[in-house]
Amino acid sequence: MPFVPHTPEEIQEMLDTIGVERLDELFDEIPSALLGAQLDAIPEGMGEMEVAQLMRARAAQDVPLTCFAGAGAYEHHIPAAVWEVTTRGEFYSAYTPYQAEASQGTLQQIYEFQTMISELTGLYAANASLYDGATALAEAVLMAVRANRKVKSKRVLIPRSVHPRYRQVVETVVTAQGIELIDAPLDDTVGRVDAEALGRFEDQPFAAVVIPQPNFFGALEEVDRLTDWAHGLGALAIGVCNPVALAVLSPPGEWGSAGVDIVCGEGQPLGIPLASGGPYFGYMATRKEHVRQLPGRVVGRTVDLDGRTGFTLTLQAREQHIRRSKATSNICTNQGLMATAATIYMALLGSEGLARVAAMCHERTRELVQRLTAIDGVERLYDGPFFHEVPLRLPRPAAEVLKQLAAHGVLGGYDLGRDYAELGSVLLVCATEMRTSAEIDHYAALLQEILHGDAAVARSSG
Amino acid sequence: MLIYDISRPGRRAFAQAPYREPSADSLPRRFRRQSPPRLPQVSELEVVRHYTRLSQKNFSIDTHFYPLGSCTMKYNPRGANQLAMLPQFLGRHPLAPDTHGQGVLACLYELQQELAVVTGMDEVALSVMAGAQGELAGVAMIRAYHEARGDTARTEILVPDAAHGTNPATATMCGYKVREIPTGADGDVDMAALDTALGPQTAGIMLTNPSTVGVFERRIQEIAARVHEAGGLLYYDGANLNAILGKARPGDMGFDVIHLNLHKTFSTPHGGGGPGAGAVGVNQRLLPYLPLPRVGQEKGDRYRWLTEADCPESIGRLGTFGGNIGILLRAYAYLRMLGRDGMVRVADYSTLSANYLMKRLQAEGFTVAYPERRASHEFIVSLKKEAKELGVNAMDFAKRLLDLGYHAPTTYFPLLIPEALLIEPTETESKRELDGFVEAMVRIRKEAEEDPDAVKGAPYRLPVRRLDDVRAARDLDLRWEEHS
Amino acid sequence: MTQVPNDLKYTQNHEWVRLEGDGQVTIGVTDHAQESLGDLVFVEPPEAGAIVRAEEACAVVESVKAASDVYTPVSGEVVEINETLADSPELINTDPYGEGWIMRIQLADASELDTLLDAAAYQELIADEG
Repeated sequence: MPFVPHTPEEIQEMLDTIGVERLDELFDEIPSALLGAQLDAIPEGMGEMEVAQLMRARAAQDVPLTCFAGAGAYEHHIPAAVWEVTTRGEFYSAYTPYQAEASQGTLQQIYEFQTMISELTGLYAANASLYDGATALAEAVLMAVRANRKVKSKRVLIPRSVHPRYRQVVETVVTAQGIELIDAPLDDTVGRVDAEALGRFEDQPFAAVVIPQPNFFGALEEVDRLTDWAHGLGALAIGVCNPVALAVLSPPGEWGSAGVDIVCGEGQPLGIPLASGGPYFGYMATRKEHVRQLPGRVVGRTVDLDGRTGFTLTLQAREQHIRRSKATSNICTNQGLMATAATIYMALLGSEGLARVAAMCHERTRELVQRLTAIDGVERLYDGPFFHEVPLRLPRPAAEVLKQLAAHGVLGGYDLGRDYAELGSVLLVCATEMRTSAEIDHYAALLQEILHGDAAVARSSG
Repeated sequence: MLIYDISRPGRRAFAQAPYREPSADSLPRRFRRQSPPRLPQVSELEVVRHYTRLSQKNFSIDTHFYPLGSCTMKYNPRGANQLAMLPQFLGRHPLAPDTHGQGVLACLYELQQELAVVTGMDEVALSVMAGAQGELAGVAMIRAYHEARGDTARTEILVPDAAHGTNPATATMCGYKVREIPTGADGDVDMAALDTALGPQTAGIMLTNPSTVGVFERRIQEIAARVHEAGGLLYYDGANLNAILGKARPGDMGFDVIHLNLHKTFSTPHGGGGPGAGAVGVNQRLLPYLPLPRVGQEKGDRYRWLTEADCPESIGRLGTFGGNIGILLRAYAYLRMLGRDGMVRVADYSTLSANYLMKRLQAEGFTVAYPERRASHEFIVSLKKEAKELGVNAMDFAKRLLDLGYHAPTTYFPLLIPEALLIEPTETESKRELDGFVEAMVRIRKEAEEDPDAVKGAPYRLPVRRLDDVRAARDLDLRWEEHS
Repeated sequence: MTQVPNDLKYTQNHEWVRLEGDGQVTIGVTDHAQESLGDLVFVEPPEAGAIVRAEEACAVVESVKAASDVYTPVSGEVVEINETLADSPELINTDPYGEGWIMRIQLADASELDTLLDAAAYQELIADEG
């Protein structure tokens, strides 16, 4: 019996104590018509060895690719210590730290996490995590509509340079509450929000304006100007940021003259493996004045009966288990263990290490772009500054090219045409600190061959 | 000691950053930050030691019996963890082509199919990342169903008064008004109150079965019939599925949509608060609205992610990619180890443990909330008598249990039972642990009789004593500051 | 012993109302309410100048373990809020009928006062809740 510890004698003793003869009797309050579920379609149980054989065979089918894709998930080096420590049973198999005295490890770690997120973003109060970047943005939009007391509008401006999946998730989550999402147009030359075109929104009330940095195309938005513009309208500014980029880019708490009101984003780059898409975690931080509008768990530092420092969940009256239908969010389970990993990752990297990772990503991507755009017909879609992703126009359909690259072991990027059909055949490419010059050369040679049937040209043109 | 307290300028974990110092100078100055974030400056050993020591300040399943009602804190098999972390699974980018992910997709597809069978639903989607998100998906599907029929006057979701807080919070997020239904004296839903509440404004009802008071809702088929007759749909909150896994199926009870907490019933870890996974299942009625993506099977046993093009009526996406896949793989490994025979045993032995523990505590003179009922996989002890006679309440018992090496049961939930301890032992705890828990409860009562103040001062043996929650909330200190 | 001053009016939701004689009323939460909430950590008042309707939830009082809406029993304009509660929410615990007042409202319809409970009736209500 997998994972059931009782001996036959113990089972008998337990049945005797209860005063029944058979296990079945314990289910005698369930109407008999409901008992006896047909489970024939489920296989028999197996031992760990057989399941391991099965799953190892499955894993072997998933041929690894050299990764030049980003689009919301990034392959960074993860120090071995991160997951060795994170999967210790005391972190891995602990529950939510509601019993503070028995959870000081997790609680202090969350407090340290909140501090690190606060440092990266420049905003005072971070929460203990949300599901992922997309849901974090959805929660930020809901929060902004609640928190904006000046502009009682349910309209939120969310530009097309925000990750398209984020925009879809926000729509799924917020529309039932009557919130209206308005597109802001892009400047086609630089791939960022068209600041000149914003004028036509100025006569309309917005609860919030969403500002990505870097944006989905990897481009850097004019965040100072956009933040000030949002505040000028009485809207709250919501930053959506890659946390690794924030090691070198200006923190959202300092954008414009006042800084953003809420920042959120995908925490995966901070030590979380790609893992086909999850589990990752969303992060969120805000100014002190809006802290009671935060969704999710928050840890505070306090003292115990003897005056010793300790940590506890605080501001719980915002949460669903107390406030029920009036809670700031329905979130309960979050992505705690991922935040544990991220805390350890940030502690290991430090600001110097994280800045090196960020700068290295930028440098590698520049090299990649240089090599790929040397190929005839491959050119940058936009001018302007970028972080570690760049859209490249291809002379042949991107989907087809990606397929051929994959056949040669390379994940060549993300086909932007899937979300922006008007852009034509465009590949969003990314190189993190993990990519070597040899891998970049290999990619360039392959692309040359796929596009022009001549590998040698690609080598000599570099 | 915070990690910041051991930080020293100039120290680093030198092996963990690119050796060469790259330049970000080509980023225009106006985009760059002027001063670095204050992250700790520590060595690798300091990091490992600090977080290892922190971990040792936690209770966890691996170290302690954890009878938290409604949370199903059972053993998280290490094998499941190791197999979910195979390098090919961890290394795969979410946007890698399906052709290079047939292994992971096959596991997910089989998990979808087997969860559908064991719950009696027609289809399951896995991308939902937690129970509360499953609720959101479920209620959004109920909404989509009514809207597709032009039935837009349905504005209310019914929720039992003892429900988890996520139920009413979710209904509100989905734009519904919440109407509470009282629980009857026997622990079942008050049918007369249900009849009064049902009407043309009813969009649906959210139920947990066995319920949050630890008993099976015996009239569930009748409830289903009445709600359906009123035009509403039934939502099953899977928090307590462990009690009936493989025995009775929500689909057979008449539920239209369910969520499963894979981090409860399917033994994936709680991770100190998450991540979980909140798979949703539906019957034919709600099939078109399932959230995206989910895995489809093509000819020749090929698998691929289904998208908007396949499922145009879907409520949409609830996450950037495919959900908490690493957690789903753990659930898959667990499910394959259990098999169909093992699933039934989950219900059998979690129910056996709960009824045994209930009888033993009753025999020791503790008051249980529904003594005439069978316990499901959990039950409630009410310490009202102890609170009144000894001045020692449920919280005091909970804190003293920690001293004695037992994680506290869920306290003060559900609210309708005064001084409640909701106790869920799970099928993976031995009789020896259960007996030890009974002894601890008896001992605490004896201590309370002799010296109530001593119990009220507990815990004594943990890293901290009771914390000042009021100060934490009044004088917010949510982050370290340089000179604090 | 829970205090229920004789000179005040009360609601079913445990608010108290003092008639100020100038068409204004002061509203707070009762001693019984603060006792059952426990130590208050935050008060969210309405905005001064807001127009409120009877039975509307217009403030929130929050303790560590609970959050409770404060309903205005009367319609009118919020003319003043107790600013000191922002820094000292505990005034509601220590002096619920005095320094712990929450808001002052200019009555729009004096007849709404007729539905309020007197001290004796409120005593009975909280005795029943036991």
